Parts: sequence; structure tokens; C-alpha cells
Amino acid sequence: MNWEPLILTFKLAFVTTVLLLVVAIPLAYWLAFSRSRIKPVVETLVSMPLVLPPTVLGFYFLVAFSPGNAFGNWLEESLGLQLVFSFPGLVLASILYSLPFMVHPIQSGLSGLSPSLKEASYVMGKSRFTTIWNVLLPNIRPSLLTGIVLAFAHTVGEFGVVLMIGGNIPGHTKVASIAIYDEVEALNYGAANFYSAVLFAITFCILLLVYLVNGGYVKRFWK
Amino acid sequence: MISCEIEKTLRAPGGEMKLHLELEFKKGDLVTLYGESGAGKTSTLRMLAGLLTPDRGRIVVGGQTWFDSGSKINLRPQQRKLGFVFQDYALFPHMTVRENLEYGLKSREDKNIVSHLIELVSLEDLQDRRPVTLSGGQKQRVALARALVGKPELLLLDEPLSALDARIRARLQDAILALHREFGLTTLLISHDLGEIHKLSDHVVELEQGSVLRQGSPEQLFLQNRISGKFRFTGQVLSVEASGVLHIVTVLIQNQLVKVVAQEKEIYDLKVGDRVLVASKAFNPVLQKLDS
Repeated sequence: MNWEPLILTFKLAFVTTVLLLVVAIPLAYWLAFSRSRIKPVVETLVSMPLVLPPTVLGFYFLVAFSPGNAFGNWLEESLGLQLVFSFPGLVLASILYSLPFMVHPIQSGLSGLSPSLKEASYVMGKSRFTTIWNVLLPNIRPSLLTGIVLAFAHTVGEFGVVLMIGGNIPGHTKVASIAIYDEVEALNYGAANFYSAVLFAITFCILLLVYLVNGGYVKRFWK
Repeated sequence: MISCEIEKTLRAPGGEMKLHLELEFKKGDLVTLYGESGAGKTSTLRMLAGLLTPDRGRIVVGGQTWFDSGSKINLRPQQRKLGFVFQDYALFPHMTVRENLEYGLKSREDKNIVSHLIELVSLEDLQDRRPVTLSGGQKQRVALARALVGKPELLLLDEPLSALDARIRARLQDAILALHREFGLTTLLISHDLGEIHKLSDHVVELEQGSVLRQGSPEQLFLQNRISGKFRFTGQVLSVEASGVLHIVTVLIQNQLVKVVAQEKEIYDLKVGDRVLVASKAFNPVLQKLDS
């Protein structure tokens, strides 16, 4: 059996989730506490991937990053980045596509905290960064876990965006979901079944783990 | 010496309210802010702490300017040397009692003060517990101790004892007084309880609708003109019944029903639902200690 698409899928999901976490925490913090007038616009943009067909997102990526136009050309010339049909392009597209899945849980976790926690930390002389890192984030662990897992699982399950921007290059952009489609097209039901079963089992386990941990079952078991 | 003159338009449930205060008190005083809810007490405390920015004014604490709208000075809460006890205590749920206190230390600062404070508020046995397992009074003690870790000169307490029952309240009042003296603090607290105000404060400021109604020592404020051997209550008429030549008027005073005997001329224009004043001068009330 060819494990390559599966390994690529999980590599993509892992890299995406890590980068997404870095991006989503400041963004969620801003969305939770800002009173800026452009907040509704940013909120809408973050939520767009929930309702937009992935192919739309993929199509615009393809257009924007294609070396045939100015922006894509500039990326390639000055940064040496070729985002179309490459792994970095997949990562970037996945980050945007899974953004709401990471941002929403963290945002609602942060807004659910009592504002006095933050203020107490400020009055005790602590900077905003220290406050976020030592007070706010430790108190929204369940939200962080939910965000991480949803973003990971969602990236594993994506198809449309990946197909549009990544194409179908074995070893580079051919992830499991595309491999399944490929094998079915070629009437290779055995191989399709193999990829499908592995994805099914792994996503089931990941989600089960979240519900066990956030529901407090794991703690009860260890006690 | 702490002096502040602040102006701020607050958005209250009943529309906008203008808060305009001029306060001045001596170092080492224990000052109580008193007044109806919505009078601007908490906002005043928050502006002193830097958690809320006044529209205009000046706050000077011990010679240091914390806020001055004229010269655009506005120290962040982190830069103001003060302790704040929040109404909901704001203890960090994921830290133990001791960790809550240690969080207030600067890096590499001596940890002795933490042990000393834990001892002062008798939390030795609870220091490794999480806040969620503590009672209201215990949480309050942690919050109080935690506010003092940074050795502040000014301590602000937002209704510190309002959620506690009478017995624990009395003990915590003693704790507040003891800490106030031990650390030579200037303390500003919000309270509604007259007994508490008498026991604790050197100076009382009564706020109404965002401005100072009156201020002075507790005696000046609450006793003067009030010892006249007279009882006065306002209430609402619930019923008027004829009983022979007299009438019995039932009045609701706060949540008690009181029956008052009245003459024809007194009830002449009295209707059910009217607000009335019930006053009495020459009688001997029964005084009985209630179990606390």
C-alpha cells in the first residue's frame, strides 16, 4: 500500500494547525475584546470559509498566486515562493480555510472569561502578554483543545481547496482525500477503501479524544 | 495625600450620567464610598485604578501624577502602585492560593511576603487549594492578601464584604482594619452597611448621581440631626378599614406590614396605594439584641 498520501495529509494538518494556533490566538483576542468599528467586517471574513464552497476559495488562490499575474510573479521573483501546486501553497490555503474552526472556540472561550481576571492581572503589574499567556490561555484550555482538534480534523478532511490550488502531484500535493477520488476514478476500490478506512478511524479517534477530555471523563478515569 | 478631580460621562441603564467628583484624603485614611447603586462608586474606583479612563481631570497620589488630561498623562494600571479587590474576587482559577499570591511578585522578588500575608489572613491550611474549593469568606481573604503582595500604598476594595454573612463579615472587617494598619495603607472601600462604615472608616463620602452629596466622619454623616428620639418611616397604604370611631390603616414599610390607628381627619384624602410617612415621637421602643 502507498502510505505517501496519508503521511502528506497528516503533515499538512500538523503544520497548518501549529501555524494556525499562532495566528488565531492574537486574532481571537482582538475579536473578543476590541470595540473597533471594523470588527464586524473582520468577523465576517473569518467566518466566510464556513459557508463558501471550497472551490471558490481555491479558485481565487489559483488566480492570485499564479505566476502569470503580478502578485504571483512578485512572490516568485522576490521571495522565491511558488504557491501554486506546491506544499507551502497548500499550507497557506488550509490556514485560511480552517481559520474559523480555530478562531471561534478561542474567541468564545476568551469572551466567556470574567473581565476582572484580566484586570486583576494588570493591576498586579503584569503586561498584556504575561496576562494572556499566564492567566487567560490556561483558563480556556478546553477551548484551545477544541480549536486545535477541529482545525486539524478539518484540514485532514479538506478536498476542494487542495484540489484547486495543489493539483494532484504525488508526494507534494496529493493528499489522502484526493487520492481516494483518484482511486475511485480508476476503479481501484481496494485502495480507495484503504485510505478511507484509515481517515475514518483516525478522525473518529481524534474527535472522541476531545469529547472525553473536555467532558472530564479522562480525569475521572485517572482518579 | 491623594487628590483627584475627575469627570466622566457614564452610560448607565437609565441613560447617560455625568460623574464629576472632587475628592481629597490623607495618607493612611480609610475612606468609604457610600451611596445608591448606580451613583458611580465602582466607576470611581476603576478610574483610580486606571481600568477606566476619565474624560477630564487629574489624579495625584502621593505627589505622583497618575492621570492628567491637561498634560496627557495617563499611567497604565500596571504603573500605578495599588491593590484592587474585585467584587467577584477575580482569583485565578487555575492557580492554588499560594500561586495566586506569588503571581503578584516581580521576578526574583523575595517570597517571604507571600508567606507573611498567608499567615496574616490565616490561610496556611488552604494555601495549596484551588479557589473553586474555597468558601466566600476564604476567597475574600485570598483576594485581600493577593492585593497586598505588591506592597501598594493605595488599596481599593469594591464592595468587599457584600456577599458574606454577618459573622464572617465581622471577622473580615477586623482583618481589613488590621492589614490597613500593619501596612500603613490608604484604603478606599465601597460599602452599604452603616455598621461596617462606622466600624472601619475615618472618612465617608456619600455619592449621588455622580457627584459628592456630603462627606465627613461617619459620626458627622450618620448621627448628626438624627438623634431626635423620633422614628420616621415611609411606606405605602395597603388598606383603610373603619373600626368604630377610628380607622385602621395597613401600611407596607419595606417588607413589613404595620397597622396604624388613624382618625377621621387623617384618612380624609388617603387612598390605597398612597405613599405615607409614619412617624412617632413619644414612645418607648423595645431594644433587643439579635443573634448574630
